[in-house]
Amino acid sequence: MHFGPHLLLAALEGLVTSAVLALTALGLSLVFGVMRIVNVAHGEFFMLGAVLAWAVSTAISGHPAIGFVAALVIAPLLVGLVAFLAEWLVLRRLSYNPESTIVATIGMLYIIQQLALTFYGPEARPVEPPFSYRILLPWFGYSGYKLSVVAASALLLVLTWLVLTRTKIGMIMRATQYDRETAQAFGIPVERVYAGVFAIGAMLAAIAAVLIVPISQAHYLMGQDPLLLSFIVVIIGGLGSLRGTVVAAVLIGLSDGIISVFFSPTLAKIIATLVVAMVLVFRPQGLFGSAQR
Amino acid sequence: MADKNGFFDLSKTTLSRRTALKGLAAGAGLALAPGFVRYSQAQSSAPIKIGFQLHRTGIGAAYGRWYDKTSAAAVKAINDAGGINGRKVELVIEDDGTDPARGAEVVGKFATQHKTDIVFGTLFSHVVIGSAPAAGENKIPYFVVSEGHHVASTKLNRYVFQPGITDVKSQIQSMAPWIAANAGKKVTQIFPDFAFGYDHRDYLPPALKAQGADVIAQIAIPPTESSFTKYFPQIPAETEVIYHVMVGPAVLTFVKELGEFYGSQRPQLFGFMDSLEAVDINSPGLEFLDGSHFWEGSPRYAQADDSAAQKAYRAAVGIDDNGAAVGDPKDISTASHMFGCWETLYVVKKAMEDAGYKGPEDRAKLVEATEALKEFAEGPEHPQGPKSFNGKIHQCFGIQNISKVEGGKLKVVHKTKIEDGLYEPEGDYTTQAL
Repeated sequence: MHFGPHLLLAALEGLVTSAVLALTALGLSLVFGVMRIVNVAHGEFFMLGAVLAWAVSTAISGHPAIGFVAALVIAPLLVGLVAFLAEWLVLRRLSYNPESTIVATIGMLYIIQQLALTFYGPEARPVEPPFSYRILLPWFGYSGYKLSVVAASALLLVLTWLVLTRTKIGMIMRATQYDRETAQAFGIPVERVYAGVFAIGAMLAAIAAVLIVPISQAHYLMGQDPLLLSFIVVIIGGLGSLRGTVVAAVLIGLSDGIISVFFSPTLAKIIATLVVAMVLVFRPQGLFGSAQR
Repeated sequence: MADKNGFFDLSKTTLSRRTALKGLAAGAGLALAPGFVRYSQAQSSAPIKIGFQLHRTGIGAAYGRWYDKTSAAAVKAINDAGGINGRKVELVIEDDGTDPARGAEVVGKFATQHKTDIVFGTLFSHVVIGSAPAAGENKIPYFVVSEGHHVASTKLNRYVFQPGITDVKSQIQSMAPWIAANAGKKVTQIFPDFAFGYDHRDYLPPALKAQGADVIAQIAIPPTESSFTKYFPQIPAETEVIYHVMVGPAVLTFVKELGEFYGSQRPQLFGFMDSLEAVDINSPGLEFLDGSHFWEGSPRYAQADDSAAQKAYRAAVGIDDNGAAVGDPKDISTASHMFGCWETLYVVKKAMEDAGYKGPEDRAKLVEATEALKEFAEGPEHPQGPKSFNGKIHQCFGIQNISKVEGGKLKVVHKTKIEDGLYEPEGDYTTQAL
């Protein structure tokens, strides 16, 4: 294949990775930024979203689009509920202590993963895409659904940004992130904000998973890669910075796509890790993060 | 956090001397009770314990579930017919997480803690390679159902056997003539980037060369990869056949993305069933596979000329005519590999009977008795077909099936002969000390 089409394919693949990654990492970044909690179970919420999407879409008969849209609504809501309960049952009892919550979320990771293995099984199961249109380019074919994932993800990111910057809920969240105690002094119910943020973070991961599951199947171990990449993105982008997260996700996604097409996927991972190391050394607060106060 | 309830406060537990003595006395009484001496007279009535190293979790979990079902069915059949040397057989299962390090620990656990007679059942080649040294150190016979060439390469040790499934080198050699004659002469290979894939990488080119065909590109894909389109531009435009073999949970994605990339303008496809084990070939997005060919160890779909033994085996394991679990058409089996568990357990039975096996002290005798085996006749114990066994390289050789996807089913179009897959041994395990 010639260089031009080759690069185009690499960029398309990279964009799809970026789109899903941006949503997932945004969830992690929100939780990290507002609650100062490292949620190691974030990838499992992603997995849970995919598995529930499979369950919902197989339960509903008729055109695959109906099942998919139902999954897109129901799966994230259920995942949000699980996260809400986990926050209430576990994290709140630990007074959001940074060290304890790491251990607790590791525990949650294993519990969710093993429950999925027990009740869903070890197989990778497919979810039918809402439409299967193959875009025929002169050099190769490309899935139309994949491009729609990029569009949907962009739309959701804009929506999240609007909520965070233009609504009262967003303002409360930003206030809590900026200074928890002062926010509390001004009558903001910090605990309720925390519960909400934790649920929203998990829901963002679940939405990303529902979008990706018609491309790559639902499997109980699928949460590991997104978790690792999300951490990389959040560190590069800067804690709790929406803009940083999106920029870093596009950067990592595109470079991953292009480097793995032209060189090797291993090199792409090496470079991503190197970038993280460099960012930690030279700009510990991340590209767009504000320095620690 | 304070230990409010005193869970960790040792001073609070009151184990008095009297309680301790009572406990000891009760224990001694139990040991002396009539029921307890059941197995202590000799091993003659105790069950033979087979340590089953199972991929219950990790990337091999879908295979593991069917290896479990098949082995359980074989053990039931063996026990119903009187067991081995008049003793019942019992499977002791440990999960290895499809992980080499854990695999070695599991083998050690079988040898020292469960004290099983043998270890059995591993599929993924990196786990076999990781576990084999532990089997050698513990001098415990290790019967794998892995398909990789590592056992036959004689690079492992004298305690490792593969008597139930043909190795990849032999499979490739026996099928290369068909590929070159029927699919095409310019072949691009796509394989997983670890031991099992390397067998394909190393043995396909010479096998095809001998038939006047060439491998023009080799594409290695990391086993944990979840998206594949980015690799497809490496496939040269002049490719006539894509030879694919993938494993792990993302196999369906791989085949689907190949379909999106090529559409109907695809080269010929020849795949190893590993690319679609436990996956329904009628899944959405796989329509483009129609007319392509697959290697099958044992056919997934019931064939018109199935033997009575094959039918009985399918019924015992519980798979229907489409290779799915009876009662759950969505639960697709790993038919191309799991038959190896059934056949291996019958080889173990034969070898234990030949050796007059009594217990772990006879493990060396069991190794020698297994090495002395030459042939397995087709029948209820070997439903996949006849096999020859080379005791020097601890490997069996059987027939292979080439199947075509037709109307949403796989139909066997060619069967190889045992002789097609024989090669010069690369070494001799029997010269190693026991």
